[in-house]
Amino acid sequence: MTPVSGIAGAPLAPTTERPAIQAGLIVLTILLLVVLLLLPLVVVFVEAFAHGLGAVVGALVEPEAIAAIELTLVVAAVSVPLNTVCGLAAAWCIGRFRFPGRRLLITLIELPFSVSPVISGLVWVLLFGANGWLGPMLDRAGVRIIFALPGLILATVFVTFPFVARTLIPLMQEQGAAEEEAAITLGATGWQIFRRVTLPNIRWGLLYGVLLCNARAMGEFGAVAVVSGHVRGQTMTMPLQIEALFNDYDWVGAFTIAGLLSLLALVTLAVKATLEWRIGRRGGALL
Amino acid sequence: MRLRTSRSALPGFALTLGITLAWLSLIVVLPLALLVLRPWTLGVAGVWHSIAEPRVLAALRLSFGAAVLAAAVNVPFGLLVAWVMVRYRFPGRNLADSLIDMPLALPTAVAGIALTALFAPKGWIGMLLTPLGIKVAYTPLGILVALVFVGLPFVVRTLEPVLMDLPLEAEEVAATLGATRAQTLRRVVLPALMPALLAGFAAALARGIGEYGSVIFIAGNMPMISEIAPLLIVIRLEQLDYAGAAALALVMLLASFAILLLLNLLQWRMGRRAS
Repeated sequence: MTPVSGIAGAPLAPTTERPAIQAGLIVLTILLLVVLLLLPLVVVFVEAFAHGLGAVVGALVEPEAIAAIELTLVVAAVSVPLNTVCGLAAAWCIGRFRFPGRRLLITLIELPFSVSPVISGLVWVLLFGANGWLGPMLDRAGVRIIFALPGLILATVFVTFPFVARTLIPLMQEQGAAEEEAAITLGATGWQIFRRVTLPNIRWGLLYGVLLCNARAMGEFGAVAVVSGHVRGQTMTMPLQIEALFNDYDWVGAFTIAGLLSLLALVTLAVKATLEWRIGRRGGALL
Repeated sequence: MRLRTSRSALPGFALTLGITLAWLSLIVVLPLALLVLRPWTLGVAGVWHSIAEPRVLAALRLSFGAAVLAAAVNVPFGLLVAWVMVRYRFPGRNLADSLIDMPLALPTAVAGIALTALFAPKGWIGMLLTPLGIKVAYTPLGILVALVFVGLPFVVRTLEPVLMDLPLEAEEVAATLGATRAQTLRRVVLPALMPALLAGFAAALARGIGEYGSVIFIAGNMPMISEIAPLLIVIRLEQLDYAGAAALALVMLLASFAILLLLNLLQWRMGRRAS
């Protein structure tokens, strides 16, 4: 009779793969990650520097490039705080209270994630565009929303709406309301509770949510492409400028701006890794 | 469990719910509601005509087909990556973990031009494929590559927490009962992962159907061949055909919600059978 125990010599069927198979799978994974995910990042910088540092600097001081960078910063500077305040409000009422329609509210908040970026821009054109519901009225009043800054902001706000709320809601549910309830029995006002108890507890999560919101706000392409009108030097954010330069066969220019946005992406990933290390939690999606 | 309602001890419910509902209605619900209404200014027959055009049908087929295919490719890819990341330890593992999120952090336009540069006939990867007669850039195959790129993290990140929570005891029991490792993986591990695989497939699919920025640079955008549905929406808007653009958008939204609902139901049934 063959022994069933590993001690007796014949090993049991293993509970992990053989070392050779493990090594093979690891190599395959690294190969996949490098070819599919790392190479595109590397090629951005290689193409940007294809004609040396001088060309990169030249592309950066181009007036159109500077205008695109400024516009991107303005759009993010308006959209991100708006969505941060609203995200905090949503996280407070959803994370701290139970009420009918709560699940529906969460679904609605996450809705922009499942809508094509192009459709996220389209809805604003249907509302404010030349042939839109309010377009003729705005035209008479001399107000421009589509093909102008307000449209870019509205499209960006729509696309980045879920980030802060979505990061904070699970965090606040996990932490529970015990500390806030203790504060209230000690006589704290609502604002005091938020500032002294809630905010310190959620600050890393909040920072992460704001960062994700900002990364998407600066990198959004489809939604702003629809409302921008592509006026060079005026309504072109950085991603739109990339498209314009790429279509002009100005690869150094396109990849230089792409390099700037890639740096932003790298910072976002680095902060994510740091925060995970701080919170001691792994494997969350960067969504 | 005691049900906490708006009469909880904490203040601020009415205020924060008010802000949330006001902002949500203004920014998300109202604009989307108007999108649903707009196509019907063409009349029902008009909507039908604007959708039944061969060019529109080809674009819808391409967008949904490429998204399904890319999500299907990402299932084995995602399973491999998630398995290696959760089960094995190797040098550079933390770096690899950060790399997985790259497609979510990298702006789509950047991904689009980078993939185009890589897969163009003279690009680093295109150079290797051209002698084999494989053309990626400016063909539907390029669309597939872009969608595999953006979809991979969705499958990996959906699988990882499930893999981490998978009890090792089940695998040990299977091994003591004499199952080979391959049998254990096929009969014990894979069935337990099925709902998560389906959820990851659905998430990657949802992202792929509407994807625009990473696709249009590499696609070539030939009508009837490599023109995706979101691009056709943009083209209709440029022609000031708002109702036609809205009709196409509405079809895309309804079709993707129907598919996701179906996948959700399937996943729910699988989850119930497993437990």
